[in-house]
Amino acid sequence: MTKLSFKHGLKDGIPIALGYFAVSFAFGVSVAGKGIPWYIATFMSASNLTSAGQFAGAEIVAVLGSVFGILLTQLIINSRYFLMSLTLSQRLDSKVKFLDKILMSFGITDEIFAVAVARGKPITRNYFLGLMLLPFLSWTCGTCLGAVAGYILPKIVLKSLEIALYAMFIAIVIPAGLGDKKIFFVVGVSVTISCVIYYSPIDNQTLTHLSCIICAVIASILGAIFFPIKINEEKHIETSSSSESTSLSIKEKGVENE
Amino acid sequence: MSRELHMFLLVVAMAGITYLIRVIPMILFKKKIKSNFINSLLYYVPYAVLSAMTFPAILYSSGNVISASIGTAVAMLCAFFKRSLVVTALIACATVLICEVFITYVFI
Repeated sequence: MTKLSFKHGLKDGIPIALGYFAVSFAFGVSVAGKGIPWYIATFMSASNLTSAGQFAGAEIVAVLGSVFGILLTQLIINSRYFLMSLTLSQRLDSKVKFLDKILMSFGITDEIFAVAVARGKPITRNYFLGLMLLPFLSWTCGTCLGAVAGYILPKIVLKSLEIALYAMFIAIVIPAGLGDKKIFFVVGVSVTISCVIYYSPIDNQTLTHLSCIICAVIASILGAIFFPIKINEEKHIETSSSSESTSLSIKEKGVENE
Repeated sequence: MSRELHMFLLVVAMAGITYLIRVIPMILFKKKIKSNFINSLLYYVPYAVLSAMTFPAILYSSGNVISASIGTAVAMLCAFFKRSLVVTALIACATVLICEVFITYVFI
C-alpha cells in the first residue's frame, strides 16, 4: 500500500481552498465593516484558521471586549476541534512524531479533518501538511483581500455578502438535522434561547457576548440528557457529494469508529 | 493601551486557546472517551453554536429585514436540497443582492 504523499494532500486541498476563499473574503468584508483594520483581520485568519470561532471572536475584538470573554467564547465554539483532534490522533501513521503533531494540530478544521479521515488510510505527516497548505493560504489571502476590498466595493454588494457565513452555517446544520432529527431538537432550543436573549429588554453587552455560549451549553446539555448518542450506534447521515457538507457527519462516524 | 494593541492581544488570546484545543488531544489522549454524556454533548455543540449564531442575527445581516428574510429562506431551501456550503452561501448572497436592487431601484 503506497503511503499518502504531500502531493496527494495538495490535490485534496484544492476544493477546500476554493471554498475557503469565498467564505474568508466575506469574512474580511464583514470584519472591515466592524472597524477592525485589515492587518488585524489577516493576522486573525492566519493565526486562528477557524470560521465560526473567528466570526464570533471578531464581534468581541471590534468592541474591544475582555480577554476572558474571548477565551470562553473560543473554548465553547471550538470545542468540536477537541473531538476531531482526538479522532485524528487514533488514525495517524505510526511514523508521525511528537513535533509533527505539534505542527499538524494547527490545521484541524471541519473540512480538512473530514477529507483526511475520509481517505481511510493512515494519515502521514506529509499528506496532512500538504492538505493544510492551500486552504491556509486561501483563508488568509481571502480575508486580506476582503478586508481591503471592503472599502472599494459598493455598499449594496457589501450588505449582500454579510449573509454568506450565516448561509454556510445553515448549510452545515440542516443536512445534518435531516440525517439525525435529534439535532433539530438541540437547534430549536438553541435558537429559542438566542431569540429570547436578543429580544429581551435587558440591554447588557456582556449578556450579548455570552449569548452564544449560554445557548450552546443549555441546548447541548438538554440534548445529551434527553437524546444521548450511543457511541456504537450506526448512523447513516445522507450527505451531498461536497467534501464540505460531509464534514460533520464524518466527524460523527469518527466517534463511532473509535 | 492603544486600540490596535488591544485588538492584537485579543487575537493572540483567540489563537492561543484555539490551538490548545487542537493540540492537547492530539498529543495526550490515546484512549477513547467512554462517557456517553460527554460524547453526546460534544456531538451537539457545533449545531447548537451555529444555530445560535445564525438566529436571529441573520435576519438583520443585510440591514433590511425583507431582503435578509428572503435570503434566509433561500439558504434554507439550498441546505434542504443538500447544496454545498459554498453554493448555498453564494446563492444566498445573490438573492439578497437581487432583493436589495429591487427594493432600492424599483420600488422606491
